[in-house]
Amino acid sequence: MTAAAVTDLAVEIAPGVHWVGALDPHLRTFDIILKTANGTSYNAYVVRGENGVAIIDTVKENFADDFFRRLESVARYEEITTIVLNHLEPDHSGALPELLKRAPQAKVYLSSRAQMMLKALLKPTGEKPPEYIPVTTDDTVDLGGRTLRFLHTPYLHWPDTQCTYLEEDGLLFTGDIFGCHFCDNRLFNDRVGDFRFSFEYYYAHIMRPFREYVLDAMALIEPLELKLIAPAHGPILRHMPRDYVHRYRELASPRLFNEARCEKTLVVFYISAYGNTRRMAEALATGAERIEGVRVSLYDLEGGESGIFTDLIEEADGIAIGSPTINGDAVRPIWDLLSSLTTVNIKGKLGAAFGSYGWSGEAVRLIEDRLRGLKLRLPVDGLRIKLVPAADELEECRNLGEHLARHLTGRVEHREIDMASLV
Amino acid sequence: MAKAKVTFEDIGVTVTVPAGTRLIEVSEKVGAGIVYGCREGECCTCLTKIISGGENLAPPSILEDQVLKDNMAPRAHRLACQAQIIGGEIVVKPA
Repeated sequence: MTAAAVTDLAVEIAPGVHWVGALDPHLRTFDIILKTANGTSYNAYVVRGENGVAIIDTVKENFADDFFRRLESVARYEEITTIVLNHLEPDHSGALPELLKRAPQAKVYLSSRAQMMLKALLKPTGEKPPEYIPVTTDDTVDLGGRTLRFLHTPYLHWPDTQCTYLEEDGLLFTGDIFGCHFCDNRLFNDRVGDFRFSFEYYYAHIMRPFREYVLDAMALIEPLELKLIAPAHGPILRHMPRDYVHRYRELASPRLFNEARCEKTLVVFYISAYGNTRRMAEALATGAERIEGVRVSLYDLEGGESGIFTDLIEEADGIAIGSPTINGDAVRPIWDLLSSLTTVNIKGKLGAAFGSYGWSGEAVRLIEDRLRGLKLRLPVDGLRIKLVPAADELEECRNLGEHLARHLTGRVEHREIDMASLV
Repeated sequence: MAKAKVTFEDIGVTVTVPAGTRLIEVSEKVGAGIVYGCREGECCTCLTKIISGGENLAPPSILEDQVLKDNMAPRAHRLACQAQIIGGEIVVKPA
């Protein structure tokens, strides 16, 4: 089989199915947040049936010429009956406006949640949106002797994402799922260099926040007969494709059984310059332990790295964060921790903040704002204590912990309040 | 000013609010489990189940209606960032 580097032509990945993507070997930073040491690829595919040709995804806009050159080597535009959009992020939809101009007769198939994105993407062109058909699991398109079947796999990693299965051939086009930023012109997983690090790195940064959705998607994918997985980035997985499905399931599942999960878990993080915020943290933890069914753990952020703490938070039901205020702000280790939480799903967990301060005490409110921004719920107001906590103030900390624990265990008595009393 | 009562079932809190208040204005302050994304009625993150008293919310705008439809929201669900309380009693919980 010809390597892509020595040809501008399409590369056959199965009879009548071609890769028409583009290689971007000089890219070093993807979407601002991801690094890649050898670039990436934007994989697009052409599937030929007896009654028509389907294009599955496109490429980033500035690589459109490569895409169209390869596409033209295997199909004429008037033959295109079907355009499938598995994911509308611009690195896969960049050539779409031009493709729609060249093949205006084609019907576009996309997930329900992709419709608004399609309209938003086509806004600058001023063109009327094409005829598009929202599809979901088990909807099909007949290409003549070949059937495309759709799998609804949302949030991997956008709301719009879906997979497309070429039934008769056992080929699965997965968008960003099973992808990685790894550029190798040998294209296939059994021919490229060792890319496993890149596969895992991509999962950790792109898919991990959506692990529940990963498990839902694997439940749809696992029963399929799989001869080849064709992702939208990185190597095409034709050798042992099922291994990659297994690996996703492993990555989305907790590694060891979490013994603490038999109770509600509250993790308390603090950092302390003079021991005052630490004393608050210890009192909060003591208070939370008053409530049966809550397992409390206390951690000093000085003694660890945010990666480990991120793992803990991913599994916890609630987090309480304590910081002193220095120069009107929470201290850097707190922000480092809070900025690393976008790689895990913490939506809806319970959160709280506390801290000792010497002068103005802004840290607690700033942490609370950040926790709300991360979509945690904060049912209890944070606690700020000036300098050294006195005995009655430590009791306030214990009460805060107890209150949090009551919320965690659903043991809160019904309250009636007036909005005017809320801060 | 006319008052209304909104109950957040997940945390067991009933709040007396002035008519005209949007759910978002009060739910965050009491720490209810409704979470927010865009806060502008586009992303559907704050989808909320209206347990009772849906008639005491102002009807959804065309934009809210469209977003609910696009996201296949079940009946009796609203966007908390958009839904405006007009009186009476309402009971809600996160979708």
